[in-house]
Amino acid sequence: MSRAALLCAAGLAAALVYPLLVPNYLVNIGMLVFFTAFIGQSWNIAGGFAGQTSFGHVVFFGTGAYTSTILQVTYGWNPWLAWPAATAMGGFVGWMIAVLSFRAGLRGSYFALITLAFAEVFRILANSVPFTKGGLGMLIKADQRPINFQFKDPIWIYYLALLLCLVSVVIAWHLTRSRFGARLVAIRENEDAARALGIDVFAEKVKVLTLSGAMCAAGGTFYAQKYLYIDPSIAFGVDKSVEMLLVSMVGGAGTIFGPLIGSFTLMGINEATRWLASVVPALKNVQPLSLIVYGIMLILIVARLPNGLMGLFRRGPARA
Amino acid sequence: MLEVRDISKAFGGLKAVDHASLDVKQGEIVGLIGPNGAGKTTLFATIAGFHRPDAGTVAFDGKAITGLAPHRICAAGMVRTFQITQPFAGISVRENIMVGAYFRTADRHLAAREAETVAAMVGMDDQLDRRGADLTVAGRKRLELARALATGPRLLLLDEVMAGLNPTEIVEIVGVIKDIRAAGVTILLIEHVMQAVTSLAERVYVLNQGRMIAEGTPAAIAENPQVVEAYLGPGAAKVLRA
Ligand SMILES: Nc1ncnc2c1ncn2[C@@H]1O[C@H](COP(=O)(O)OP(=O)(O)O)[C@@H](O)[C@H]1O
Ligand SMILES: [Mg+2]
Repeated sequence: MSRAALLCAAGLAAALVYPLLVPNYLVNIGMLVFFTAFIGQSWNIAGGFAGQTSFGHVVFFGTGAYTSTILQVTYGWNPWLAWPAATAMGGFVGWMIAVLSFRAGLRGSYFALITLAFAEVFRILANSVPFTKGGLGMLIKADQRPINFQFKDPIWIYYLALLLCLVSVVIAWHLTRSRFGARLVAIRENEDAARALGIDVFAEKVKVLTLSGAMCAAGGTFYAQKYLYIDPSIAFGVDKSVEMLLVSMVGGAGTIFGPLIGSFTLMGINEATRWLASVVPALKNVQPLSLIVYGIMLILIVARLPNGLMGLFRRGPARA
Repeated sequence: MLEVRDISKAFGGLKAVDHASLDVKQGEIVGLIGPNGAGKTTLFATIAGFHRPDAGTVAFDGKAITGLAPHRICAAGMVRTFQITQPFAGISVRENIMVGAYFRTADRHLAAREAETVAAMVGMDDQLDRRGADLTVAGRKRLELARALATGPRLLLLDEVMAGLNPTEIVEIVGVIKDIRAAGVTILLIEHVMQAVTSLAERVYVLNQGRMIAEGTPAAIAENPQVVEAYLGPGAAKVLRA
């Protein structure tokens, strides 16, 4: 086995044993790390690998959360069945946004801004149409049985998040070794050259956004089942979009483990600053301290480490 | 093999290409020359599907391909390179060429092997692991050639692959182009410098201010007073003859 494979196996073993050894609140934090890495990876596949930066990825997250919740609460679906439906709906919204934006020839920051606009439109719609119950939000009836996608013991939701994260890592790994992935990277690096070399740039971009949207929507359902409540600003709020982008950029956009490393790092900062604020009274009023640290970190990374923290580990020539 | 008829393309009020026609037959190396701003690159881009022509038709192997998207034209067997080189800067030369090779196969190992073969053909086999961004001008020009070649074209449109190279590098790339032709690829070659073309092309077209002003053997073209004037300014032919 190569060193990298060995490291992965060891990491996985540690992740499997971890929740058996720590108190519940730490299990919960671990769950959040993997969950955020998962939705971060959904961003990374489009934004990192294919270079289609989005500022509004939450549009897929919210679509997933609302689709499964509505199917469940209003139409009585089992959430396990509603999950693939929500995933498909996220894929559809990704497809639709891609077709509309890329047909119109939007690239780069224009595309990023249009995704932000879509997310805002969806948030406002969720606030006003009757079937989402508007600003009141939607409550999923607590009934903690696995058949209901609800778990009494937090260890199960932890393992589920770990599984999602694993799946997303495998998808990213596959991208680094497949023609589809090579084409996405080509599109990111130079769209005109990609076109000249026979790549149907429009079709590939639509494909990757469909995939990314589907993944992110699966995360939305997961989130709704964990917290049993969603409202428009939770489901479509800009902070989730920023979080997905942030973990990828901090960890290393366009890398397999970037979102996971970024998610670990940000969770670490979160906990460290919370602890710091509790012991240093002067910092009590500087809230949220973690955001300030994120901001500084992002500036440093954009300026000094264009490949994120992964850039520190990468062997061979660095990518500028 | 390639029939371009009366292609026109304007940008705003500027007629970059004005009723230009040309033919390329299977197995030829054809030159397209003309002063800077003559419209050569625009004509190429229009043939290859990057611009939609305002008028005129392009046929490849007898089939109309006018206005098709570049990837469709690539699928038909014609591929262009860029005068201003467009490497995939953040990835290796191998990966750059593999993007081209993936056009013919979805298999990673086959694509990697094909990339190595093509790299050897253009003399880049010692640079496979360098990043696109780290290449010299000559390296970038070769990479343009290699990537295009990896798609397996039957007709290659080369846009000023010799510009910016020193004499030694030009000799080398002329050799590479001859090898490519010997391997059965037909070539249409833009050069700004006339001399570069004479050693390669059997026939040369001259474009000036968007119009095709002459066509013939390199020797005949060099004598053509209209061509001399296009390059050196009005009256130049008379002065040279005197
Ligand atoms: N995308 C474009 N938009 C506007 N003008 C252009 C564009 N591309 C080329 N031109 C103009 O068209 C003319 C022909 O350019 P080009 O085809 O690049 O000439 P050449 O390759 O022969 O040097 C020039 O005047 C150039 O400025
Ligand atoms: Mg030109």
